[in-house]
Amino acid sequence: MDSIEMQRASSRADLAIETRGLGKVFGSKVAVRGLTLEVPRGEVFGFLGPNGAGKSTSIKMLLGLIAPTRGAALVLGSPAGDVPVRRKIGFLPEHFRFYEWLTAAELLGVHGRLYGMTKSKLRARIPELLNEVGLWPHREKQLRNFSKGMMQRLGLAQALLNDPELIFLDEPTSGLDPAGRKLVRDIIRAQRDRGATVFLNSHLLSEVEVTCDRVAFIKNGEVLETRRLGALLEGEVTVTMRTGNLSPETLVSLAQRVSSLKATGDLLTFCTPSMDPLPDIVRFLVNQNVDVYEITPQRLSLEDLFLRIVGADGGL
Amino acid sequence: MGTWVMAGVTFREAARKKVLWMALVAGGGFLALFATGMHFQARGIHVPSEAIRHQVLNTSLMMGLYAADLLTVLMTILIAADTLSGEIASGTIHAIATKPITRRQILLGKWIGYVGMLTAYILFLLGGVALLGYILGGATVQHLWSGLGLVWLESIVLLNVTLLCGTAFSTLASGVIVLGIHGVAFLGGWIEQIGAFTHSQGAVNVGIVASILMPSESLWRRAAFDMQSPLMSVLNISPFSTLSAPSRLMVAYAVVYLLVALGLALRRFRLRDL
Repeated sequence: MDSIEMQRASSRADLAIETRGLGKVFGSKVAVRGLTLEVPRGEVFGFLGPNGAGKSTSIKMLLGLIAPTRGAALVLGSPAGDVPVRRKIGFLPEHFRFYEWLTAAELLGVHGRLYGMTKSKLRARIPELLNEVGLWPHREKQLRNFSKGMMQRLGLAQALLNDPELIFLDEPTSGLDPAGRKLVRDIIRAQRDRGATVFLNSHLLSEVEVTCDRVAFIKNGEVLETRRLGALLEGEVTVTMRTGNLSPETLVSLAQRVSSLKATGDLLTFCTPSMDPLPDIVRFLVNQNVDVYEITPQRLSLEDLFLRIVGADGGL
Repeated sequence: MGTWVMAGVTFREAARKKVLWMALVAGGGFLALFATGMHFQARGIHVPSEAIRHQVLNTSLMMGLYAADLLTVLMTILIAADTLSGEIASGTIHAIATKPITRRQILLGKWIGYVGMLTAYILFLLGGVALLGYILGGATVQHLWSGLGLVWLESIVLLNVTLLCGTAFSTLASGVIVLGIHGVAFLGGWIEQIGAFTHSQGAVNVGIVASILMPSESLWRRAAFDMQSPLMSVLNISPFSTLSAPSRLMVAYAVVYLLVALGLALRRFRLRDL
């Protein structure tokens, strides 16, 4: 099925991005094996994977920069790369570069005109955006005098010029200091609040954890798993417990109440589906005459989940 | 709309990167040197007849036009070699090609920008030589607009081939390839001239084959043939004049060649991964 056929067959108006077995082969190298993905409209979607997993190639296929060798993709209901639909899309490339002889304001002017924006609209929009990304004082400075972080902020501004319905951000915090990262987080939240969809590719899992509604884990060009982050953060708990006087029979009984139980000397580790069963577990152990010295529950972090799904080798 | 935005950006790029100004300053220096030479030649020449004086000054004028043509060739290749391959390599193209603009519009916009720039450059440089030759030495260019048009076509042939190479190769490789092919045509042109002088049809054929491979040099030779004085055409004594003038058919071939090169560049750029 190609993208046109997919467009005819699809009735999912609630999806900003929909792909079926999207793949790309460069010569003998398989960059993306078969990407099947559904990104709901209005969400911040994290696209996670190790280096070389095919994330950037996937984004480029969705934007029409690279032609897929197989599969199909719809972006805002149109085949990926469709020119008119790009009016509704913003994109911050991983290493944003532009003509270094332009000033910051001129760069936004060029991009705005490429979006087909009128001069009067640009006159209002450019100062607004430069203020938003903290570059208004540098508006007349040529890009050759910009630091990497300033370029990244400017790249973010050009991605937001047209008030896009869908924004692709490829490593948006790359080269940014903590204040810059906070700015990116705030902008992403603001975009979601106005109803835009944000497709975020980032290596910084802590950033993803606090901004994304949903994440997809990708490895070797395939989606391994997609999860809602809210459910993840309210979910599984890993517990570490220091005990004494623990009999083998009690250990067997405990194994029936928890999962992934491990005992190393007086140290126990196990998992529970949430925090709720913990008081009962402690009560059970005390009733079995076990001495409980310490209990440390830890929620599963996105990093834990990433390592569990993708593997510690990162796919290398 | 997108095409004109890209054309404007391309033109402004040349101005801001000082390429245009440096070219104009260098061209101004070239014209000043030519004017000085013409001035002294016109004043200090001692020849037995007015006809010979006129011939010498016309030869100087053709030499000036020849040098200006060489500068135009270099200028064309140097400004266009980096525009696609450089932006693809640096990733600059990603922010442009994801806007609501087709790849055809991007490339045509750049093309229009460069054509505008080269037109101004040719008018300034070759037009300047013709004007100075007339004012200072009384030497006139025959069929000036036809000659300038042919040099313009030569520049567009090279521009289109450079853009085509830029869709496939790096900046350096594109520049080297186009200069190399033009070099072949240049050498072929001289072999053809010498062949015509020695009446060697084989050597003339070598030149024709070289012109088919790259018609840029043959366009200059046709321009030189049109622009040279009638006496020079008869005497055939100057290295800047033409003995074996390419036919109008070759000019038509060059037009088809440049259109095919632009078409291939548009197609390759549309299909390539960025």
